[in-house]
Amino acid sequence: MINLTIDNQKVAVEAGTTILEAARKVGVKIPTLCYLKDLNVIGACRICMVEVQGARTFIPSCVAPVAEGMVVRTNTPAVIAARKLVLELILSDHPMECLTCLRNQNCELQDLAKEFGITEVRFDGAKTEYPIDDSSPSIIRDPRKCVLCRRCMSVCTNVQTVQALCAENRGFDTLIAPAFNEKLANMECVNCGQCSLVCPTGAIVERDDTAKVWAALADPKKHVVVQTAPATRVQLGEAVGAEPGSIFTGQMVAGLRRLGFDKVFDTDFTADLTILEEGNELLQRVTTGGTLPMITSCSPGWIKFCEHFYPDLLAHLSTCKSPQQMFGALAKTYYAKKAGIDPADIYCVSIMPCTAKKYECRRPEMNSSGYQDVDVVLTSRELGRMFIQAGLDTTNLPEEEYDEPLGISTGAGEIFGASGGVMEAALRTVYEVVTGQTLENIDFEVCRGLTGVKEATVQVGDLSVKVAITNGLGNARKVLDKIRAGEADYHFIEVMCCPGGCIGGGGSPIPTNTEIRLKRIDATYTEDERMVLRKSHENPAVTALYEEFLEKPLGHKSHELLHTHYTPRGVNK
Amino acid sequence: MKSLDELAKIKESRRAALKIREGVPSATEKAHVMMCGGAGCISSKCLEVVDAMKEALSKNGIAEQVQIILTGCMGPCDMGPVAIVYPDATFYRRLKPKDAEAIVEEHIMKGNLVQRLLYRAPGAKEPTPKVTDIDLFAKQKKIVLRNNFYIDPTSIEDYIANDGYAALGKALTQMQPAEIIEEVKKSGLRGRGGAGFSTGMKWGFTAAASGSPKYVVCNGDEGDPGAFMDRSVLEGDPHSVIEGMAICGRAIGAEQGYVYVRAEYPLAIERLDYAIQKARENGLLGKDILGTGFNFDIEIRIGAGAFVCGEETALLTSIEGKRGEPRPRPPFPANAGVWGKPTVLNNVETWANIPEIILKGAAAYAAIGTEKSKGTKVFALAGRINNTGIIEVPMGTTLREIVFEIGGGIPRKKAFKAVQTGGPSGGCIPADYLDTPVDYDSLGALGAIMGSGGMIVLDEDSCMVDIAKFFLDFVVDESCGKCSPCRIGTKRMYEILDNISKGKGKEGDIELLVELATTIKATALCGLGQTAPNPVLSTIRYFRKEYEEHIRDKKCACNVCELEE
Amino acid sequence: MVACNCGCDDELTKQLDKIIDPYRGNPGGLIQVLTKAQNLVGYLPKWVQIQIAEGLGVSLQEVFGVITFYAFFSLIPRGRHKISVCAGTACYVKGTKMVLKTLRELLDIKPGQTTPDSRFTLEQVRCIGACGLAPAMIIDGKDVHGRLEPEIIPGVLEQYA
Repeated sequence: MINLTIDNQKVAVEAGTTILEAARKVGVKIPTLCYLKDLNVIGACRICMVEVQGARTFIPSCVAPVAEGMVVRTNTPAVIAARKLVLELILSDHPMECLTCLRNQNCELQDLAKEFGITEVRFDGAKTEYPIDDSSPSIIRDPRKCVLCRRCMSVCTNVQTVQALCAENRGFDTLIAPAFNEKLANMECVNCGQCSLVCPTGAIVERDDTAKVWAALADPKKHVVVQTAPATRVQLGEAVGAEPGSIFTGQMVAGLRRLGFDKVFDTDFTADLTILEEGNELLQRVTTGGTLPMITSCSPGWIKFCEHFYPDLLAHLSTCKSPQQMFGALAKTYYAKKAGIDPADIYCVSIMPCTAKKYECRRPEMNSSGYQDVDVVLTSRELGRMFIQAGLDTTNLPEEEYDEPLGISTGAGEIFGASGGVMEAALRTVYEVVTGQTLENIDFEVCRGLTGVKEATVQVGDLSVKVAITNGLGNARKVLDKIRAGEADYHFIEVMCCPGGCIGGGGSPIPTNTEIRLKRIDATYTEDERMVLRKSHENPAVTALYEEFLEKPLGHKSHELLHTHYTPRGVNK
Repeated sequence: MKSLDELAKIKESRRAALKIREGVPSATEKAHVMMCGGAGCISSKCLEVVDAMKEALSKNGIAEQVQIILTGCMGPCDMGPVAIVYPDATFYRRLKPKDAEAIVEEHIMKGNLVQRLLYRAPGAKEPTPKVTDIDLFAKQKKIVLRNNFYIDPTSIEDYIANDGYAALGKALTQMQPAEIIEEVKKSGLRGRGGAGFSTGMKWGFTAAASGSPKYVVCNGDEGDPGAFMDRSVLEGDPHSVIEGMAICGRAIGAEQGYVYVRAEYPLAIERLDYAIQKARENGLLGKDILGTGFNFDIEIRIGAGAFVCGEETALLTSIEGKRGEPRPRPPFPANAGVWGKPTVLNNVETWANIPEIILKGAAAYAAIGTEKSKGTKVFALAGRINNTGIIEVPMGTTLREIVFEIGGGIPRKKAFKAVQTGGPSGGCIPADYLDTPVDYDSLGALGAIMGSGGMIVLDEDSCMVDIAKFFLDFVVDESCGKCSPCRIGTKRMYEILDNISKGKGKEGDIELLVELATTIKATALCGLGQTAPNPVLSTIRYFRKEYEEHIRDKKCACNVCELEE
Repeated sequence: MVACNCGCDDELTKQLDKIIDPYRGNPGGLIQVLTKAQNLVGYLPKWVQIQIAEGLGVSLQEVFGVITFYAFFSLIPRGRHKISVCAGTACYVKGTKMVLKTLRELLDIKPGQTTPDSRFTLEQVRCIGACGLAPAMIIDGKDVHGRLEPEIIPGVLEQYA
């Protein structure tokens, strides 16, 4: 252990601990801006400077390791003054459009300005001027608001291994952007939105589509239906100010009704449906010698990643559409028919923890109903804003139930939101369908948690099913490289684009970090346990759907509405 | 070659052949003409002089009896092209092709010096023919540049003749690695790149660091505007750098070295590349050097134009093929350098000192210089001074001696105003401090720094606001952009200075500059940023009145700044 | 090779591959490859960057980030002759401004620009290490011209067709 003094308090921490971490241990808060635990530790913004006895300069506490006998002062007048001036400098190169910024009141730079009581910026020199990139259906980049913390680059490069962004030029002209300032829409960006999740300011934000939804709700001719993704119910609370880990299912449903949605349905329903389609596809591939391992296809960021970086492995992808797109296709066919509504009048809205879903719903192949199946996707953040704009005290709304039939779901659908959830849901069903026996313990703990690559072998009848589960695209890459090298003997792989799965998706409430992800995961499994039905094949609405409309899994209609194909895209095209 | 004996034999035979350069007349040769082949003289067309001289020699039928050697930089660039004719050691300056005939026919053939081409000290009527008698050279002490008058930089035999690679031989056969490090420590050698850290300690840390392989790196990214010492060493005596690095390789247990050279120095790159090739051919680089089992080799990495790559962590990142952005220290390169491995990084001049220290011993080296700054320092003298060029003096020589005795004072009878040392990281030292001894600590105390050795002399016509603005402009251009104080802070400082220089300054600007400067020094990520405000702080410290005149009277007394309205 | 319209050139592509070969799959060689590639092609257009990125196994983003960091690399074609005016301290105090002014008048271009006839590209560099000859400029990276005065600059330019 290393002994040191921080603000006159004695501290003993393990060697290798940074001053910042050591300070946090004794309740001393040092402000930071570029720092993001485990992800971006580069000491660039110089806000976290502290005084270390004997040092020639102030020391960046986020990167400096502790040393024996070190005497640290975090809040001397000189330190405070230096931080304040550095902050003033950063603000002098910032547009100061806070009142009209999507991140107003949820901005780390704004928080710092408030904490430091900045009331004036004395420098009126040049400001960074680069054009806004609003080409992407998912993400909008405004380099003027960028503080060059490089978190986005770090997450895109190191976590997602997409590398859509780089630091360009140098000095005052430094810019974080794609090469040749290419538009995000024209390149390998997979729209995962993890960059928007880590951006401390409004330099990268989700495309705000709330106006479209308000307009649809105001249009008396439109029958506006909404689906809510599994992860949204453990996120919406946060989006309106509740503690992370709050379960908000009933409140969210109630809130959506108050906003004026005609029907409030649940993506969990089509998650259950996905299990039946995908489970049967897996069994078919296993029994008929199809391409194995089969890989899940629920996550549109992952799909685009595979199309760009592993186009040779596209045959491994399940042909199942994602639950959101299955829902869209059914809403404008099955539901329209059942409810006697002209599908042209149905406006289909999705609430997703995901920015890539905004891209997915616009893919040309997502028109199987004859219309764009899903009209618009809102992220959890956007729905949170709509609730607030509508003046709803969402937290205290009496809980309400989803509408039938597309709102009926099981715990298996619910856990789709967490890494391993799709796999666990599939195993619950595949086991019972194949063996005809009731699964005693339906909790596949081995599937759960934040580990990047999880592997398991599950005995299903005569077959030892070998599975792998990855979250975060960098981890997917590890497994994909094994497949490419012919070293993977899995049957089934679940890939979720974002770290932790959809509960940590790019459309999640900000902040989203490991701790918060874990809380959302806990809430997800709590919700699963509360459900009466916890296996997809037991969902009576899904059974009815097959009986009334689809006939059987992988049947003709299923193929028409619920399955899709992929496009090899390559890199640098 | 495979042994020390072979090395000694080459030395002996070559030395005998070069006796004439020590002033000993030769029975077979009439003269050796050492023509300065530094970049300065080359651009003054010394190669045309060489051609003319060859022609004159042939015409007179004595081409076989006279050698013409293109040497490294001899120093007095403004007198170029310059040459020394041995055995008389006569120094000729400002040579033109048409002068070749006179030197050949009068001097070499008849022994009559060509009076009009001889050096005359400022104010002196009589010329000073002999190089060793010339003040400019007599006051210098050459260790780093020990070979620049003497050898052909493209001849490894010449280098060996003047004790070259003997230090490596000694280090490989008579010294243990720890002894080598101890010797370097005892010599008191401090890094010549600017910061002045103890070279021996640096080696010691790297030797002690866990992790392998280890690397030896030479920083030849001499980027200070107004500095060309390293260039002179690389062009004039590349083997001294190679030998120094190899000795370090032995000391710390490294087998691979990198020399990082700026792309702007094509001749230096060419000479170094050739020297490395020759060293390999002669078994002085590569496997089993001198039959001792020691392996060491060197690769050149060419910098692509970024001043910040002179900063050590940036340089290491650049060697790895990335953007040359500095990273926080610790970890220091001694523990995590190139490819994350323990690395010793020293600059060109530091490396060139090593063979001399090992060969002659730490005590001899430490006898030169001051208590805390040992040895000599090479400076590049430029600006408003008579003798511009490269000089090497013992540490502790005063600024007055450098500027007025060696440098020959200020041209056109103008008054001395200041000397700028340390480039964009340094400061301006005014006339009051001319008697300051030049060493790390004394210069630091004045708000300047030793830096790598650029010395720009400024006279009464130099506007200090303009000079400060010049350096800030440089820094803004060269800031890597990673940390906010440097990226935005230096830009704001420049903008304020620009306003002042245009007559748009306002009360409080000086105080704001000082506030910015103080914070940037204390918070910037790397040495570039931390020292960037120095030129402004030092000019405010010594020439505050000039700032105030610009701000209050909207006047530039030197008529340099273009004031608006 | 499939014909494309990205501006790449079959012969250059082959030569570029030869430059890349020793560093294939080795991102550490990026700067060296870029230096040689620029010497080959004259500048670093997108197709060159893509070929290098794919050869070394790095993203185009990485390549572009490195290119735009270093002053030596150019994204746009340059003139047959590159005039680099030294703006080091010694030259600055002895007349960089004059040299630049003269060249701007003679060539009618600003630093960073190329003459319409592609004869000259003008740029400002930080110290070429010829401080003793201040003010100085270097042409084509090798010919140093020192002690410049407005009257002698036209004569210097004449040497470069």
